[in-house]
Amino acid sequence: MTNILLIIFTISLIYLGVANRLKSYIAVISFQGIILFGVAFIELIEINWLNLVLILLETIVFKTIVIPYFLNYIIKKNKITREAEPFLPDFLSVVIITVIILGSFLLSNTINDPKLKKIFFVVALSALFTGLYIIVSRRKIITHVMGFLVIENGVFVLSMAVGNEMPMLVNIGILLDIFASVFLLGIFVNKIGDVLKEGDVEHLSKLKD
Amino acid sequence: MIGYYLTSAFIISILLFFNKNLKVNYLLTILFMILQWGFTIYEYNHKNITDLVYFTPDSLAIIFLVILSIVCIPAFYHSHIFCNSTKEIPYNRGIYFAAMVILLTSLSAAYLSNHIAITWIFVELTTLSSSALIYHRRNSLSLEGTWKYIFVCSISITLVFIGILFLSLAVQQSGGTDLFYKGLFSKAAGMNVFWVKLAFLFIFTGYTSKAGLVPMYTAGIDAKDKAPSPAAALFGSVLMNIGFIGIFRFYEIISATSILAWANNIMLITGVLSVFVATVYMLHVKNLKRMFAYSSVEHMGLIMIGLASGGIGRYAAILHLILHSLAKPALFFQMGQVSRIYNSKMIYELGDYFKYNLTGALVLLYAFFIVTAMPPSGMFVSEFLIFRSLFESGNFYVLVIILILLTMIIWAFGKNIFKMLFIKPVGFNDLNVEKISPVESISQFVLLTMVIYIGLNPPHELVLLINSAISNLPH
Repeated sequence: MTNILLIIFTISLIYLGVANRLKSYIAVISFQGIILFGVAFIELIEINWLNLVLILLETIVFKTIVIPYFLNYIIKKNKITREAEPFLPDFLSVVIITVIILGSFLLSNTINDPKLKKIFFVVALSALFTGLYIIVSRRKIITHVMGFLVIENGVFVLSMAVGNEMPMLVNIGILLDIFASVFLLGIFVNKIGDVLKEGDVEHLSKLKD
Repeated sequence: MIGYYLTSAFIISILLFFNKNLKVNYLLTILFMILQWGFTIYEYNHKNITDLVYFTPDSLAIIFLVILSIVCIPAFYHSHIFCNSTKEIPYNRGIYFAAMVILLTSLSAAYLSNHIAITWIFVELTTLSSSALIYHRRNSLSLEGTWKYIFVCSISITLVFIGILFLSLAVQQSGGTDLFYKGLFSKAAGMNVFWVKLAFLFIFTGYTSKAGLVPMYTAGIDAKDKAPSPAAALFGSVLMNIGFIGIFRFYEIISATSILAWANNIMLITGVLSVFVATVYMLHVKNLKRMFAYSSVEHMGLIMIGLASGGIGRYAAILHLILHSLAKPALFFQMGQVSRIYNSKMIYELGDYFKYNLTGALVLLYAFFIVTAMPPSGMFVSEFLIFRSLFESGNFYVLVIILILLTMIIWAFGKNIFKMLFIKPVGFNDLNVEKISPVESISQFVLLTMVIYIGLNPPHELVLLINSAISNLPH
């Protein structure tokens, strides 16, 4: 079951490559939250209930509902146009993301470590690099935030690979999630929309030498 | 004790945030400084005694805690001058000082932490509090700086977290159960090298954003440029130290494994690249404050080179870091006076500084000799030792490259500083120039003189502390 969920998660990464509208990005991020909820529920059922409740709340409330709602609110409030505006054509994006997944697959095959849950490792690395790719290849600031959220999801998967032994680490990961995403988004909502008329990265290029 | 410290600092920052009265504001900052010094002295007298499970004042922590307490006094003093000169409204003033108190507190806690995850949490807190300081001016440029700083730091802090996850895999295999530095160090020999390598790459890359090294140095430059000068002084000194401490504590663990040589190579390459990048930017930089920021990148690069080449270089690296964190604030404090006189930071629009602010000009001249490590600057001694360690470790070519790059840096630095001091500014109307009291420059003279004193004649106690800080590394 975990494997199926993780594979669906990886497919959602490929879908990010072709998604055109910001709405689909938000849908994918929300959907990934549900998948992570499932994975966390199956994998971490044995840890103590307080930690489990915290993790489940984080995935289902925070990742699936609050953040996507927040993103929608930002887009409406700042009247951001609905296109994602990538620098590269969609086809190339899909190819690159596939190469990323393949690359992390091959990398994990070189590791001989019985303790490692390989599928978690592959999925986490793919999400990490896909997030980075989305950040560098999209023009809008809001898509940068979304790329960051994908990276966060990847980190969550990775922390689950060691989560059974070290629940404290998973909790710290959650702390990171809440801190960083709320703060990043908070700044975005309140400030960038007011000061800059359009949320393009081109407007953020005055600081240079 | 650290529990009381954290709670009282937190209460002080809350009070600062809500307080609207100027006198109370002064009083609260003074109260915090007393608290900070009391805490520092207490920890100094209780060396290596663990407090609240997660905090141990070891030698490295003590050194940088003392530096922080020294630097925070002029930082608060100049912050008050800054806020008075720009006539801040009480609300902004409250946010500024509250953020500064949280920044200093989380830095102190991060220095003392003996657990890799606790360090990580407090480093995250420094990002949040420093972004409030960067955004102080509330215009579009400072917004851009803040956004970039938060974004780059968030990604790098995520990278550190990934590194910690890999490290936890490694430590489980070697039979460890926790992530205390001590436990990690004792289990290091049995760790799976592959995971340690991955962990090192991620953690090192992550902390470079704080330490101001290649590849993540960019955010720090924008932050120092856009933040008010007293805050920039903190970013350029004590905040960079936490990046170094993060790297150094992990480097101690690495030094007990078989990949020490590999890690040394990476740090050496990063160091050389940092000096190279700093040179390239300093040669054509147009903004004086950004030039000082790039100079910090250069010094951090040298420190990494010293640490990586081993031997006497390790001692020199820590000494250099101490001296740098005393010298750089002086430059940034002076930068505050410069921008009050000229209302600009662009080198093109600055000039004839001796005419407008004699003591300030003397500070700049003095600081130029100190920061470019010309004798009698203490940094001359530490750089000299770093070069010697490069010789002894056989990295002769690296030494040649570094010396050429440093020569270019001195040239660029000197060109801009002397232009600023002696050549008339272009299109500057000097009818309403603000008179700046020489008293404001005293703190900078004191800091710069400390650099000379500590470098040429390090107190015996300091030498012992540095030696015990590096005693875990193999000889």
